[in-house]
Amino acid sequence: MIEWLIAAFLAIGVFFNLLASVGILRFPDVYTRIHAATKCTTFGTIFIVLAAVTYSIYSYFWVERDPSWITIGIHSALVVIFLVLTNPVGAHAIGRAARKSGIRPHGAVIDELEGHL
Amino acid sequence: MGFIPVFIWSFVLWLVLTAGSKGMLWSPEELVAGVVFSGIIAFTTKDIIGEKAARFLNPAKWAGFVVYSIGPLFWGMVKANLDVAYRVITGRIKPGIVRVPVELENDAQYTILSNSITLTPGTLTVDACPEEKALYVHWINVTEKEPESSEVIAGSFEKWARRLGR
Repeated sequence: MIEWLIAAFLAIGVFFNLLASVGILRFPDVYTRIHAATKCTTFGTIFIVLAAVTYSIYSYFWVERDPSWITIGIHSALVVIFLVLTNPVGAHAIGRAARKSGIRPHGAVIDELEGHL
Repeated sequence: MGFIPVFIWSFVLWLVLTAGSKGMLWSPEELVAGVVFSGIIAFTTKDIIGEKAARFLNPAKWAGFVVYSIGPLFWGMVKANLDVAYRVITGRIKPGIVRVPVELENDAQYTILSNSITLTPGTLTVDACPEEKALYVHWINVTEKEPESSEVIAGSFEKWARRLGR
């Protein structure tokens, strides 16, 4: 039962991480590639970590009462918090730097930052 | 003035990182070492954290952050990823950078709103201008060229950001 839950989490995580890579190859310019890279990797990694946390909780309560399982679970959960806090900031910095160095969005219907930065 | 918030934040982080050494709790040596190291960190970084950081020590605000991140934010991320999946597979995009006027007062609210916008459907914050009260957002599928408010871009996130960063 628990194996199926963990397998489902891992499958979702790996699928979205794969989607991010496909997005980087398929999208036309830097901004749309940042879209794919940021959102999908954050989301996919959340599910991979969720699988690790599920596994550690299961192992602590039903396999053996070893506190190192708790440590593994908590440290993995912290990874999610820091990832969600820092990943959008990095994407924002890359996007802003690209726009400042004069890269126009590919096929833009509107560009309010033209001549603004 | 920033000593107490930094001390509490670093001590809480220390407690979380070292949990599980004595059953599920902490050993006394660890607690003492945590107090010492948190004190050192708080003393060295108390000028960086900002004047009004103590307002984030309010437990009601923590509960608000937890509710926000597992409720609206997570649901927004689910929709965002299904949206990106659709656009990766079909390649149907209509990008553009739009200016979104927002009604926020301080930097924490701008940070929360721009990070939420970056993580949710089809939008990426490129520039934030607190002096003209606007965000510049790269939108992967522009449906409205000059939005009146952040409603079309971010849904209810502006309300949440205003409440959480106050």
